[in-house]
Amino acid sequence: MSEVAVAEERVTRRLSLYTLPRMLLGKRRVLPGLGPTLGFTWFYLSAMVLIPIGALVLKASALSWDQVVSIITNPRTSAALKLSFGASAAAALLNTLVGTLVAWVLARYRFYGRSLLDAIVDLPFALPTSVAGIALTFVYSEHGWVGGLFAKVGLPIAFTRLGIVVALTFVGMPFVVRTVQPVIQEIDVQIEEAAASLGATKLQTFVKVLLPMLGPAIGAGFALSFARAVGEYGSVLVIAGNMPMRTEIAPLLIVSKLEQFDYAGAAVIGVTMLAVSLALLITVQLLERQVEKRFGGDPS
Amino acid sequence: MSSRSIVRSETPRGFGIVLVVLATLFLALLVLVPLAAVLGTAFQKGFEPFWNAIRDPDTISAIKLTLITTAIAVPLNAVFGVAAAWAITKFDFKGKSLLVSLIDLPFTVSPVVAGLLFVLLFGSRGLLGPALSDTGIRIVYATPGVIIATIFVTFPFIARELIPLMQAQGNEEELAAITLGANGWQTFWRVTLPNIKWGLLYGTVVCTARAMGEFGAVSVVSGHVRGLTNTLPLHVEILYNDYHQIEAFSVASLLTTISLVALVIKKLIEKKGLLSAHGG
Repeated sequence: MSEVAVAEERVTRRLSLYTLPRMLLGKRRVLPGLGPTLGFTWFYLSAMVLIPIGALVLKASALSWDQVVSIITNPRTSAALKLSFGASAAAALLNTLVGTLVAWVLARYRFYGRSLLDAIVDLPFALPTSVAGIALTFVYSEHGWVGGLFAKVGLPIAFTRLGIVVALTFVGMPFVVRTVQPVIQEIDVQIEEAAASLGATKLQTFVKVLLPMLGPAIGAGFALSFARAVGEYGSVLVIAGNMPMRTEIAPLLIVSKLEQFDYAGAAVIGVTMLAVSLALLITVQLLERQVEKRFGGDPS
Repeated sequence: MSSRSIVRSETPRGFGIVLVVLATLFLALLVLVPLAAVLGTAFQKGFEPFWNAIRDPDTISAIKLTLITTAIAVPLNAVFGVAAAWAITKFDFKGKSLLVSLIDLPFTVSPVVAGLLFVLLFGSRGLLGPALSDTGIRIVYATPGVIIATIFVTFPFIARELIPLMQAQGNEEELAAITLGANGWQTFWRVTLPNIKWGLLYGTVVCTARAMGEFGAVSVVSGHVRGLTNTLPLHVEILYNDYHQIEAFSVASLLTTISLVALVIKKLIEKKGLLSAHGG
């Protein structure tokens, strides 16, 4: 080994053993501002989010277990909760089926008007829910452009439970499409070609090869769309008709309890919904981690 | 994206045509037709009824409150987003992943529950209610409540945009600036901010659209005082319930235009690839 090479190696070793860890440490120490930014972050988060949520939990926990049970099992409350979860599940299921189809079409086909369709997928994200509510009611009422057709075959949409499902489908639709679409784009076309060359039909390839790969993303899309639907208020308010026991969703019941100054009842329903959304959030994060594992990490 | 991803897109044939037609029909019935209904109804009797609805004093005061609310909520959430992203992406500390999860929390809370939180906190029978009524400050059923509720529902938007972006960009440029003798503020203004400006704009646009359009949370804390605590989305619902259909759809078309503009800006930023780590 020449002298130069020895010197070089020594320098390299010193760099790797000595300098590199210092540089890593430097990541924490050289840049300024951890104290103020982290302090402000926790302060603002606490003031705007954590303390208000704490107040809700505190209010609900001041009640005895029997009181909580009697609020939840009250016929009007349990009807509202059942309707909220049922209609949300129906809307999320519809979105999962058709949303996956839309994601597939947008990712795989070139056709006239594709970019317009791709753009309007995001509209329910951006449109105020009260605007969505009056627009959907207008279109899906008995005299509306679309609702009129359905009413003729004996299926009125606005002011029925079906109307609630339509509104919840509207607000949840982008979540499925935007969760599934990038994953479809990531799937290597060679996988499908391999399946085809082994004699699989297109349907077999889709069901046995692609669907399992898309599974976690579709699951995450379902959960996101369901979570959004359970909490939705504005668009349903106009289209539902809001009859207690029939077309009254849980968020609406919270509002009517607040209007009667029944803070405890409102808090109990609020905490129930909060718990469900937290469970859904955790589900989504677990599913998204699976998507990452399948499409982000593997070196193949 | 990795180099192995090959995006295949083809002209639909056979069964593909059926799929395209189904997808188009679904989006048309769910989104396009209602969108056309809003604009069509607003202008069905020409421009004049639309204009009269917009310049009505109640509409003007709703526009003012919406603008004031947005002008306070969005900058606060932007400062928070930058501060949080700086702390989270430039440093390691305990509780980081908990903090990231907590920032997302408002996304999962129903707007009505969000409103409920502040009524329980600041309402006359809320936790801080008695103390507040002694000082004479009104928060719930007044403008401050509308602003606080809007901050809550738009809380994560800008932080969520900046954290992955700054994570991908890494620290090298900032470290170089510091090594060359820049102080913290200089580093932020001259190195970090130019790098994240498109991400910041993107987050701000999304946040602004949501702040102007929030209904549920604001509806719960506002008390619906016409001309006093009515924002535009609330005004739409009130007009509609009063059977002022053309007026309701006129104000709705104003809000629809705002969301369409926001969508277009969003798409432009996405299309130009300005959100990639080294795209700024």
